[in-house]
Amino acid sequence: MIRVVLPAHLRKLAHVDGEIKVEVAGPVTQRSVLDAVEALYPMLRGTMRDHTTQKRRAFVRFFACEQDLSHESPDAPLPDAVASGKEPFLVIGAIAGG
Amino acid sequence: MSQVRVLAGTRKGAFILTSDGKRQSWDISGPHFGGWELYHLKGSPADPNRIYASQSSGWFGQIIQRSDDGGKTWHQPGTPPGEPTTTPEGMPKAESNKFVYDTSPETGKPLTTHQWYDGTPHPWEFKRVWHVEPSLDDPDAVYAGVEDAALFRSTDGGKNWHELAGLRGHGTGPAWQPGAGGMCLHTIIIDPSNPKRIVIAISAAGAFRTDDGGKTWKPINRGLRSLYIPNPTAEVGHCVHHVAMHGARPNVLFMQKHWDVMRSDDAGESWREVSGNLPTDFGFVIDVHAHEPETIFVVPIKSDSEHFPLDGQLRVFRSKSGGNEWEPMTKGLPQRDCYVNVLRDAMSVDTLDPCGVYFGTSGGQVYGSADGGASWTPIVRDLPAVVSVEAQALA
Repeated sequence: MIRVVLPAHLRKLAHVDGEIKVEVAGPVTQRSVLDAVEALYPMLRGTMRDHTTQKRRAFVRFFACEQDLSHESPDAPLPDAVASGKEPFLVIGAIAGG
Repeated sequence: MSQVRVLAGTRKGAFILTSDGKRQSWDISGPHFGGWELYHLKGSPADPNRIYASQSSGWFGQIIQRSDDGGKTWHQPGTPPGEPTTTPEGMPKAESNKFVYDTSPETGKPLTTHQWYDGTPHPWEFKRVWHVEPSLDDPDAVYAGVEDAALFRSTDGGKNWHELAGLRGHGTGPAWQPGAGGMCLHTIIIDPSNPKRIVIAISAAGAFRTDDGGKTWKPINRGLRSLYIPNPTAEVGHCVHHVAMHGARPNVLFMQKHWDVMRSDDAGESWREVSGNLPTDFGFVIDVHAHEPETIFVVPIKSDSEHFPLDGQLRVFRSKSGGNEWEPMTKGLPQRDCYVNVLRDAMSVDTLDPCGVYFGTSGGQVYGSADGGASWTPIVRDLPAVVSVEAQALA
């Protein structure tokens, strides 16, 4: 199981508290994890990635294992600790404004 | 006993204000969707407890919310809480927040660019829904005006949205430019005598009309004069801030333009200025009395560079003659040190008798008048900046 931490606004949209867990068949990548999250919670489609281009929204960042993975390829393998469920994949609303 | 419900969209959530028909004492509920921008909420005329809301954020994009119980509970159409999120076949259910521009060959000229502020080509990029306009007779049918300017329609209660691409494709689209607030389609008016006739307005392209239910459109800007564009009488390029109509006289339209208050008596074929004795004719809102089609309201704002009332005095101006002769309504409104703005969708009227009039400010006040604008009371004073106000009279 992959552990995913969503920002508060998206947890509220998805009607969940705390971490969510998703199953990923095959390689564990940003794309496969987000696909799994959106399949389980369709109301989140378009909130993390653009509907059409599937690119990360500008003010959304992805972190795991104390690394900023936002600019990694969406098809690059995520760290083993994420794939094994030891560490969560973090979706973060970028800090912006004053 | 009649009841009034006022839907206020703000920069940080939605608030619902309710009162009985006297409109003296109000209950406030909210914030709904706290922390999100609620550009607009509007109830269905066919089912007033069916309310559509546009929820958006710079971080997470556009969400459409719907209530079927007058705003007590909400859900994203297609994904109601407590129900499976996938179909029995395992496919994700509909996505109420998906607004994708039509690029199909059927549209004839799929557009790829409009003009940017500096006149260079700029690709169409969906940003948010500015205005939701439910059908007059079908609770499941609703239009959405979006930025970058386009008109979408849902016929399944907001689950799926499809662009009426004839608007962007009618010919002038590549020449449209954004206004200061973005290139937004902010006004949608359905003719109650002929639902195939719809008037929309875009900042800063102008007003457009369809007579065939949205297949084809034409600009309706003849008579507008905008000194801030290269050709002041151009077919498109006018910064229309809002348009209002009385349902009993659908051919009469009133417009608050960037500067100038305008009137058309032929469904927009031609316009004439009715600013008359207004102290300034810059502003955003304009609305029509529910029972007096020649009585209209505006809130004059000092100028395009100073978005606040003249002399710190918040005044609603009312004309009982369809324009030109205006009188200031000041009773109950601050007459010193007031520097709020009133945005384009932030005024509404109810259909009770006497007619109720409401408007919201960038300072978080929602003012109400239960006597057709003669006197005003702050219903609530300290909301986040108010973006939109819609009133509903309930049986």
